[in-house]
Amino acid sequence: MAGDALSVRDLQKSFGKNHVLRGIDLSLTPGSVTVLMGANGAGKSTLVKVICGHHPADGGTMTLAGDRFTPHDAADAIRKGVVTVHQSIDDGVIPDLDVANNLMLDRLVERGHGLFVRETQLREEAAKVAAAMGIDVNLKARVSDLAVADRQMIAIARAMARAPKVLILDEPTSSLSATEADRLFALIDRLRDQGVAILYISHRMSDIRRLADRIVVMRDGAISGLFETAPLDYEAAVTAMLGHRMTEVDVTVQDGTTPVLELSDLRLHSGAAPINLEARDGEVVALVGLLGSGKSRLAEILFGMAGPAAGTMRISGAAYSPRSVEDAIAQGVFLSPKDRGTNAVVPDFGIADNMTLPFLKSLSVGSFLDARRQRGRTQAMVDQLGIVCQTVTDSIGTLSGGNQQKVMIARWLLEQAKVLLLDEPFQGVDIGARRDIGRHIRATAQGRATLVFLAEIDEALEIADRIVVLHENAIVGEHRNQNIDLAALVADISGSDIPTTGAQP
Amino acid sequence: MNDRLLDFAIRYGFLILLVGLIVYFSLAAPGFFGPLSAAFVLQSVAITGILALGVTCTLVVGGFDLSIGAVATSALMLSAYSMVILEHSAIVAVALCLGMGALVGFINGLLIVKFRVPDLLATLGMMFLLIGLQRIPTQGNSIATGMTLNDGTVAEGTFSAAFLWLGRHRFDLFIERLLPMPVVIFIGIAVLIWLFLGFTRHGRLMYAIGSNARAASLVGTPVNAYKIAAYMISGVTASIGGILLAARLGRGDIASGNNLLLDSVAAALIGFAVLGAARPNAFGTAIGALFVGILLQGMTMMNAPYYTQDFVKGAVLVAALVFTFYLSSRRTGAGH
Repeated sequence: MAGDALSVRDLQKSFGKNHVLRGIDLSLTPGSVTVLMGANGAGKSTLVKVICGHHPADGGTMTLAGDRFTPHDAADAIRKGVVTVHQSIDDGVIPDLDVANNLMLDRLVERGHGLFVRETQLREEAAKVAAAMGIDVNLKARVSDLAVADRQMIAIARAMARAPKVLILDEPTSSLSATEADRLFALIDRLRDQGVAILYISHRMSDIRRLADRIVVMRDGAISGLFETAPLDYEAAVTAMLGHRMTEVDVTVQDGTTPVLELSDLRLHSGAAPINLEARDGEVVALVGLLGSGKSRLAEILFGMAGPAAGTMRISGAAYSPRSVEDAIAQGVFLSPKDRGTNAVVPDFGIADNMTLPFLKSLSVGSFLDARRQRGRTQAMVDQLGIVCQTVTDSIGTLSGGNQQKVMIARWLLEQAKVLLLDEPFQGVDIGARRDIGRHIRATAQGRATLVFLAEIDEALEIADRIVVLHENAIVGEHRNQNIDLAALVADISGSDIPTTGAQP
Repeated sequence: MNDRLLDFAIRYGFLILLVGLIVYFSLAAPGFFGPLSAAFVLQSVAITGILALGVTCTLVVGGFDLSIGAVATSALMLSAYSMVILEHSAIVAVALCLGMGALVGFINGLLIVKFRVPDLLATLGMMFLLIGLQRIPTQGNSIATGMTLNDGTVAEGTFSAAFLWLGRHRFDLFIERLLPMPVVIFIGIAVLIWLFLGFTRHGRLMYAIGSNARAASLVGTPVNAYKIAAYMISGVTASIGGILLAARLGRGDIASGNNLLLDSVAAALIGFAVLGAARPNAFGTAIGALFVGILLQGMTMMNAPYYTQDFVKGAVLVAALVFTFYLSSRRTGAGH
C-alpha cells in the first residue's frame, strides 16, 4: 500500500532447523498504533530484530515509505528511520551520565561536532527536547537515579531525536507501575498525533485496550489474527494468541481429597484484591493468567521469596509463613522455577548433580556425598520420565531443552512434596517432552497438592483438574477441567467482563 | 578422531608437559632428579601452594581473594609481635594468627554479600588496609629479638622453639631430615581441600553457587553463608602460610612475602588446565604450584638468571589460561 510507513511481505527467517518466521505480512500506517501480540516463542522478538536490522531476513520483502528496505545492521535501520526501543531500558540510556547528556548523546557522535562539548548550548537544546516530549525531570539528575519510567521516556526521547518514520516499542511497560505507564501512554499519544507509525509489542491487556488502533496477533511464527475495525475484539485477539485447539490428552478429573494448601484473604500487593484458594491432596490446579496477572508473585510468596501484603496461608491446617526458600523447602513446599537457564540449570554440572542438588543432604553420609546413591536415584528418575541421555554423569548441556526441563522437574520429585509448585514447566519444551512431563505430574499427584503456573490455555487443559484464572492480582474465574466453556475461560483471562461470568463460587 | 585427540590433549596435556619437563631437566641438569631436589622444590612451593588452595575455594564460589598475600604477611608480623614483644607462647601466637585470618575472611565475605562490594574491589581494599595495618604497631620496622621499642625498652621475647619447629623441622624419609614440616602441612591441607571441594555436599553446593548462584539459591542453598565460608577458608589458609613463613624466617620481616599473592593466584589459575577441569579445583591447584616450582628449580640448576623467573611464571600462566579457555570452549562447541 502506498500510504503505509512500513510494509512487510512474506517475511521468512530460520535459525538452523528452527523455522521461526513463516511468511509474515504486516503493514504499519503513519499516525497509528499497531499492537503486536503473541505468547512466548511466537516469534515477536525475531520479527522485531529483522525489522530493526539485527538479523537479515531469509526471504520476503520490506518496504519503507514505498522504497525497498533492507537494513544491513541496526545503525543502518536507524539512519533510514526505523527506531526501536528494546525491552531492557538500559540499552537505550547511559546510566552514569545526566539527563541532558543522554538526550543529546546522538549529537555528540555526529561528525561535525568538534572536540569540545559546548555545555550551555547542550543544556539549552536538551531542555527544548525535553519540553517537546513532555518530560519533566531535572536535566542535571543522573539517569541511574531516575525511576524506571523516566529512564524509559528518555530512551524514547533519544529515539525521537532522530525523527523516525517507524517507532518500535518492545514491551515497554513490563517494569512500569500503573501511573508510570500512564505517562508513557500520554507520550505515545503525542507521537501518534505527530504522524509516527508505532509498533507496540505487549501482551498486557490493559495497555492494549488503552493504545491499540489495530491489533496483529502472532502464533507459531505466523500471523494468526488481524483486528482493525473498531471496536476491536480483544477476546478474539487473546484466542488467536493463546489458541485452544482441543488437545488429544484426556484428563480424568480428580477432585482431590483433604485440603492441603489454603490461602485466606491473601493479598499479593497492598491494595490488591484478596485471594482465597484451596488446593487438595491429589489435585492438580493450573493458575493461568497473562503477564502481570500476579502468577509469578503468588509463586514467590508461596516459596518464601517474598511476603504477602496481607492474609494467611495454611498447609494441612498448620499456619505457613516461610521466611526463606530454605524454610519453604523444609516445610515441604517445592518450586520448579520458570526460565530454567537462569533459575534452575547449573551449567557446569552433570545430570545427576543437577537433579539431586536440593536433596544432597539426604544423599550424604555425614558431609560426604554418596555418589553411587546419587547416580542410582537419578537413574531411576531418568527411566521414569524417559530422559534421553547416555549416562547420568553427562554434562547437562548435552541434553535437549525438553530433556533438561525433565531433569529440572525430576529434581523436585525426588522427595515427597506437600505442595509442588511448577512455574511454566513447559517453557521451551517440545510437545513430546511436554506430554511426558504432564503425564508424570498427574500420575504422581497423590500425596501432595500441585499448583501449575501457566500462560497458555492448551497446557492448562492438558495437565489440570481445575483451572483458576488470575487477572490483575486477583482470582477472576475458576473452571473444572471437564466440558470446559472455553469462551468463558478466555473471557476471564483477557479480563473483559470481570463482574459477570466466572466469578468465584 | 580429531575430537578425541583434542579431548585427550585437554585432559592430559598439562600433566604430560609436567612429566616431559621433569624428564628434560633430569637429563639436562645433573642432580635435578633425586629426593633432595624434590624436597627443595616442594619446600619452595609449600607456602604459595597453601595460599593457592585457599584462593581456589573463593574461585569455586565465583569470587576472588586478592587479600591473601596481605593476610599472610599480617600473620607473619602478628606472630612476631605476639612472641617477641608481648612474649606469648607459640600456641597463643598461632591461635591469634588463625583467628586474624578467619576474621579477615569473615569481613571480606560481609563486604561482598552484605555490602555488595564486588569481590575484586573488596579484597583489594582489604589488601591495602592490611598492608598498612601491619606496619602501625612497629612504626614500619621489622620485628626481631633485641629491637628497641618506642618507650626505650628492649624487646625481650623470642620466637619459641615450638614455633620455629613448624617451619624448620624435617622428617626422615629415605634420607635423614628430608621432608620439611611446611611440605607436610601443604600436603595435608591439599588433601583436606580436595576432599572438601570434591566429595562433600558443601563443596558441591559451592561449585553450584559458582556456576549459577540464582539456581543454587532457588534449591534452598544458603548462598551468602557459603560465600562467607569460602572467604574464611581463604583467610585461614593464608594465615597458615604466614605462620609457616614466620617460622622459617625466625623474625618478623616487613619485606618478605611480596610475591605470595601473584604466585599463588597463578598456581590456582594454572590448576584450571589440569585434567581439563576448566574450573578451580584443589588437585589442579597443587599441580599448578608444583609445575611452577619444578620449572624454576630446573631453570636455576641450568643457570638461568634469577630475573627471568617472573617472566617464565607469567608465560606459563598465560599458556595455561589459553589452554583452559580456548581449547575447552572448542571442545564444548564440538559437543553440540
